[in-house]
Amino acid sequence: MSSHVYPKEKEIFPGLQLEKVDDRIMTLNVGPQHPGSGHMRIILKVDGDYIVHCDPDPGYVHRGEEKMAEYRNYITNIPHLERPVIHDSCNILYPYCLGVEELLGLEVPERAKYLRVIAAELNRCVYTQYWLAIYGIFLGHSTMFMWPMGDRELVIDLLDKMTGARVTHAYFVPGGVRNDLPPNFEDVCLRQVNYFEKRLKEYADIFYDNPILISRTKDTGILSREDAIKLGTTGSVLRASGVDFDIRKKEPYDVYEELDFQTNVLKEGDSYARSKIPWLDMFESCRIIRDALKKMPKSGSVRVKLKPNPKGGDTEVYRRVESGRGSLGMHIISRGKPQPYRLKISVGSFRNLIAMPHLLTGEMLGNMPAVYWSLNYWPVEADR
Amino acid sequence: MSVIAPKFRLGYLIKGITDNIFWIIVLMTLIGIPVVQIVLIYIDFPVIDGEIWNPFRVFDAMTHPERALPLVKNFMQTDLFKIVAFPGFGFAALIAAAVIFVERKMLAKLQLRVGPFYCGKVEGILQLMGDGLKLISKEIIIPAKADKPIFWAVPVLFAATAGAFVALIPVAPGWVVADIDLGLLAVFAVIGFFPIITVLAGWSSNSKFPFIGGIRALYQMVSFEIPLILSLLGIVMLTGTLNLSEIVESQVNFPWIIFMPIGAIVFFICILAELERIPFDLPEAESEIVAGWLTELSGMMYGLVQLGSYLKLYAFAGLFVVLFLGGWNGPWVFPIEPIAEVITDGIVIMPDALVIKDIPGLPLFAGEMINGTIWFVLKTAAVIFFILLPRGVFPRVRIDLLLKIGWYKLIVLAFVNIFIALALVYSGIIGPGGIM
Repeated sequence: MSSHVYPKEKEIFPGLQLEKVDDRIMTLNVGPQHPGSGHMRIILKVDGDYIVHCDPDPGYVHRGEEKMAEYRNYITNIPHLERPVIHDSCNILYPYCLGVEELLGLEVPERAKYLRVIAAELNRCVYTQYWLAIYGIFLGHSTMFMWPMGDRELVIDLLDKMTGARVTHAYFVPGGVRNDLPPNFEDVCLRQVNYFEKRLKEYADIFYDNPILISRTKDTGILSREDAIKLGTTGSVLRASGVDFDIRKKEPYDVYEELDFQTNVLKEGDSYARSKIPWLDMFESCRIIRDALKKMPKSGSVRVKLKPNPKGGDTEVYRRVESGRGSLGMHIISRGKPQPYRLKISVGSFRNLIAMPHLLTGEMLGNMPAVYWSLNYWPVEADR
Repeated sequence: MSVIAPKFRLGYLIKGITDNIFWIIVLMTLIGIPVVQIVLIYIDFPVIDGEIWNPFRVFDAMTHPERALPLVKNFMQTDLFKIVAFPGFGFAALIAAAVIFVERKMLAKLQLRVGPFYCGKVEGILQLMGDGLKLISKEIIIPAKADKPIFWAVPVLFAATAGAFVALIPVAPGWVVADIDLGLLAVFAVIGFFPIITVLAGWSSNSKFPFIGGIRALYQMVSFEIPLILSLLGIVMLTGTLNLSEIVESQVNFPWIIFMPIGAIVFFICILAELERIPFDLPEAESEIVAGWLTELSGMMYGLVQLGSYLKLYAFAGLFVVLFLGGWNGPWVFPIEPIAEVITDGIVIMPDALVIKDIPGLPLFAGEMINGTIWFVLKTAAVIFFILLPRGVFPRVRIDLLLKIGWYKLIVLAFVNIFIALALVYSGIIGPGGIM
């Protein structure tokens, strides 16, 4: 397909040449009350149907998570730290727990490590299904909104059995996980994950192989390998641009090095590749869960006993994990008190947002939803 | 998975139906009869031929079949009945309501959900009525800087134009509101009004997103109007007439879709674009331009536009049936022979003062009319099903791809269709000089 790509050079831009003519350039405030924006605003300047300038304006759901963390001790920080992305709450707690364990010098039991991996991968599926649903409805595909939302219930049910809550599980604690599995969980989990994988394959028929979807998203918003590295993007955006980078492989934490999975990398760097990578990652998640269920010790403790109000040393620690939206790091500075002195959260969403003006300038207005949501951007998490 | 709605049970269904019937009877008795009684107190009964015509006598006379049926039949021949009830607005609105219900339930089944369920107790059958009540009761908000007269006129114009389109569709032999010789040309003229209305809506609401939506609607409809008109020229060549009823009569033996499948496909795609349905719903693309040219419309103004768009859907499906699928032609599915006793030449139904001389005889409906209507409705339902189906299957196309489809592909295919028609005419196989 030879799509008409608007030239990106400034000289050939009729919009930029005629920028003084006020009538020609129209400013569109996409958001925060726009159905296609999420909790943010994108200030677009359009020349006809072409976007000549794009200025993302996040911050509408800023909640001061980092400052709040300074007033609570290491355990009471858990429930509010998972609020930024409630669908992926295990993954956002993961670096915090790893960091605090390093600060306090805790040794996590083997079974707890496996349970964490299972919970994190299930949560990645929940998040990705939600993301996929919104990607579908952004492109006007209502069936692709309903199917992932329905199938997401399978995984949510599993997490419900495992942790006791549908979202915001608060399952990870420094030193392990909060509770052990319910009886007979392994069989139910295997059955549901297998069915879930079967359903995932059906998405290809209705969505990923759909000729209209391919014609809309192929060759739009191309992010080259060099630009992807230079802009500091991460996660599925980076892997869709041909960079083989997955923290689960490159800096394995817990038991990821013992598990059997692969990293999905596509070379195209367009919206289609960016939308396909999370879907392919879900298959890997299913594989990881099956493998972890097989290799997990059948019994044993899942949590080490903590002193009340534990204090960290006079050190600092930085740990990062691969979340549904890419690298998610937490930098914890401790000054010998029960509370962290400073907690800095580095999220994948915010890092991918930087690519948005780069990709949207010169695109058509009709490509805005396809490019915007393919960045795997979660406004609430980005604002923290 | 958690249960979203209770499972279907025949008992609940029957209970729902009987409940509804019970309440209708109760309300009719409690409200209807006292109202009638109160009204009758203030009416002086006429005296004809020395007899007081009290309500009982009038009712007796009216419900006597020999007297009532000719009156009803006489009423059915009037233009008022045709416009308001049968081939006109009432029939179309009924089909439109059924379409909305079927669309919701079908889409829900496709997407593994339940759809409307509670309203009306029987599978959400009164959901549309609830939505209508909601729209009527809502406040109409008009933007401060809107061009108010035009903004007010837009929904009315849209519904009225769609109604005019409905009036041109022949449903059964002789049953068409406006049976004009240039019917197809009138259809093109009516279709040409819709982009103007959408641009007026976008312009008069004085807002950015409706403006973009209006402009998009303009160039979508204009660029798809050309292949739409071209795809129908083949039929005009073969039949030699623009009258829609005559086009239907020319398909007694076979529908034109056999000879012109390409034209039918082009016309069908153009229907989707003209109706702004997925995958061509760019003028209302939610994630890009909020609701397009409908953004600032609120309350019943929006309701009127929706009514108009579903009337338009019915009219386009009906046009497809009339032109390509043979309209009312079909095997005899309703074999009712008129009973000899009820065939009358017209009777004196009232005393001398009210004699109506030329009341036609019974039966009420000709057999052809019932049979034709059944076939027309069945075919229209099939076409509407295929118009609704893409909504569950396709995403939205982009505007440049849409225009490319319209200008590069559909126009070329429409010309191919015209050449096929020309070849058929000149080879003498079929057409005005051929076997037809």
